[in-house]
Amino acid sequence: MARITVNDKALDIDASPDTPLLWVLRDHLAMTGTKYGCGMALCGACTVHVDGAAVRSCVLPLSALEGKRITTIEGLSRDRSHAVQRAWIELDVPQCGYCQSGQIMSAAALLGNNPRPSDAEIDAAMAGNICRCGTYPRIRKAIHRAADLLTMDQPV
Amino acid sequence: MKDPGRREFCRRTALAGGGLVLAMTLPAFAGRARPRAAGARAAPAVLNAWLKIGADDSITVIVDRSEMGQGVYTALPMLLAEELEIDLERIKVVAAPVGDAYVNPANGGQVTGTSNSVQDAWDKLRTAGAQARVMLIDAAAKKWRVDPSECRADGGRVTNARGNSLRYGELAEAAARLPVPKDVKLKPAADFRLIGRPQARLDTPSKVDGTAEFGLDVKLPGMVYAVIALCPTLGGKAAAVDSAGAEALPGVRRVLSISSGIVVVADHFWQALKARNALKITWDPGENAHLDNAAFRASLDRASAAVPGLKAKMTRGDTAAALKNAENTLSAVYELPLLAHATMEPMNCTADVRADHCDLYVGTQVQQGAQAAAADAAGLKPEQVNVYTTLLGGGFGRRLEVDFIPAAVEASKALRVPVKLVWTREDDMTHDFFRPPAREEVSAGFDAHGGLQAFGLHIVSPSITARASPSTVAADPFDSVIEYAQNLPYAVPNYSLSFSRQEIGIDVGYLRSVSHAPNCFAIECFLDELAAAVSKDPLALRLELLAGKPRHIAVLRETARRAGWGSTPPGRFQGLAFMEGYTSHIAQVAEISLSAGTLKVHKITCVIDCGQMVNPRIVESQIESGIVYGLSAALWGDITLRAGQVRETNFHNYRVLRSNEMPELDVYLIPSEAAPGGVGEAAVPPVAPAVCNAIFAATGKRLRRLPINSQALG
Repeated sequence: MARITVNDKALDIDASPDTPLLWVLRDHLAMTGTKYGCGMALCGACTVHVDGAAVRSCVLPLSALEGKRITTIEGLSRDRSHAVQRAWIELDVPQCGYCQSGQIMSAAALLGNNPRPSDAEIDAAMAGNICRCGTYPRIRKAIHRAADLLTMDQPV
Repeated sequence: MKDPGRREFCRRTALAGGGLVLAMTLPAFAGRARPRAAGARAAPAVLNAWLKIGADDSITVIVDRSEMGQGVYTALPMLLAEELEIDLERIKVVAAPVGDAYVNPANGGQVTGTSNSVQDAWDKLRTAGAQARVMLIDAAAKKWRVDPSECRADGGRVTNARGNSLRYGELAEAAARLPVPKDVKLKPAADFRLIGRPQARLDTPSKVDGTAEFGLDVKLPGMVYAVIALCPTLGGKAAAVDSAGAEALPGVRRVLSISSGIVVVADHFWQALKARNALKITWDPGENAHLDNAAFRASLDRASAAVPGLKAKMTRGDTAAALKNAENTLSAVYELPLLAHATMEPMNCTADVRADHCDLYVGTQVQQGAQAAAADAAGLKPEQVNVYTTLLGGGFGRRLEVDFIPAAVEASKALRVPVKLVWTREDDMTHDFFRPPAREEVSAGFDAHGGLQAFGLHIVSPSITARASPSTVAADPFDSVIEYAQNLPYAVPNYSLSFSRQEIGIDVGYLRSVSHAPNCFAIECFLDELAAAVSKDPLALRLELLAGKPRHIAVLRETARRAGWGSTPPGRFQGLAFMEGYTSHIAQVAEISLSAGTLKVHKITCVIDCGQMVNPRIVESQIESGIVYGLSAALWGDITLRAGQVRETNFHNYRVLRSNEMPELDVYLIPSEAAPGGVGEAAVPPVAPAVCNAIFAATGKRLRRLPINSQALG
């Protein structure tokens, strides 16, 4: 039994210690917003935050997560109000949508570290997230838009 | 012309089922409909096969095409909403069950493919919306004892000049009992308030908060998880299995030998995967033990030399004689590799088999085909299988296949519990129905004045149609792999197209822009060669050969203008390609540079005239999508075989375009009121030839083989 913190909730998980976080989330916690794409940290569909950093949950074993704070797409906001989600809606970024939870979590982590990323910084930070529908141009625009929204959200 | 191969894809098995036109409990795209609680309101009124209206004014549109990113869950409801006079945001979308009403006649089944969802729905859903509107008005007129002509529908209400007003929800039940009117009048384009205007996608909110339900996300009470061990050699099978070690692992419920492989069922996916890795399987590799790329390439070359090609329908003039009499001739061979679809969501299926029925939850492009496959595996009749279509995490033609469905059904039947069977990325990459390889030989002859007199194309490829639709092949030499070449847009007095079918021992399948991408690669690269041979500008040559075709010319001119064709900055080089297909016209200019043999694609300029657009915002994203898909394939797409096994297994060795490799895109949509064309596949084909033609402009070297990055460019 392992105790982990997901979206501010402490949870006891009955799974073998080598179980990747991805499958803990999906199969044990029924939090299916985080997607399986490659199982090798190659595509980014499984991206979540661990202590605020974007990580690939498909290669992160349960045993490494004691005491860590995990945030998934379900916990990014309660009502799609995170700046990245608002920007994504405004620009209609998703097509099939399968990779988008991972894209959004990577984008949110990027903006957490770098509130005004350049195009090149966006492209580099997002290079680990594959989208086969080709939403890259809209993702880039939406990250700039989210940066604007975050600035507006700051108390003056 | 339409693709009778894909059209017939389901026909053989599919039409046996059908019949379920009226709505039942349907899967919504953000969670399935749950059984109604006791004391809840009455079921919504069914106005027709695509529309339900609840007493609470809820409006449900039943969409009969699968949502795989191309936007049908928004564009199709827009067509209905336009005539029903309701706001788009009020609509809830659910996926259609299997039903005759949902057959796409151009595809011969309930099939999402060939980029024709809007073309199929254009009259159908506008008519459905208009009929419902008339029925609601008639119901109101009856209540008010006035003539229907005194009433109007707008904003979800029927009103009249006397100040009467009733909500659609108050009228729906009465309206649903009225006869369906014939000959309803549809709005002229000038009156459109939704169609042709950018609208927010209805599925976006669920795709930014993780609630969108894909096949992989289905969860049923008591459900267990399965993975499958597939023979690494394509076409092989298991000869012996020692499952003792696997069965002893925690959570493992059962190990089953079935026709397609060895299935491991466990309480959780990770347990099933670990147990699969503990299986000791002796594989019988079958007939492909020695199949590799060199072998199938050589077989295509041999077929080209030995077999006289079948004559396809679009032969005009006497190309052989024209080539003989030509002042000068040119020929070249273009080669296309095997490609994987590589959808982001690997194949998966959830089945719940009971004694008298089966519930199937699956992301599929072929509802009837899925139903038939499940029925066969379960030993049930097709009508005993309920197909719940989830969102598709990418389709690209891969989900026209139903190969991954029977295993889930067989496992559920054996264990008597719901089973979700999930393919790993490696399963998905190595056991795809790959885009067939091709050898396309093009020849041309000019007269003494540099006029193009003859154009010949001989295509050698395995057939998709022969497997997917044998009756089509028997009747006609047509094959899906030569469809585009049958409609050569260029005016050449003598044109011949021939096709030699050469199988390579593995099944091949439909991949986004089925024939258009390979055929367009050969034709558009060769046109560039022809332009160079007669010292003409590649744009000028195309304009000359498209004389009298204003839409083609407008697209080419606008592309060239936007791209700055002819005034490329120093160090940059441009290439041009054009395609007419899916009732759309599209051109692209690729702008590249080369540095020490390394290619960089800086920009793709793309202009399309796809006729009347429903939602330009979605059209634009589809064009961007096609360019990215086409560029991935052009640069790296290459499935290779060794000893009958696919060597590419995951995204590290089957490379696809990433954000840091993305060129700038300039996409322009030409406004038009012509009949709607397709956009889902249209932008893929011009990418590879445009980039290769740009490489020629930079280096003087012709790339006649894809992918580009398998060759030295310096």
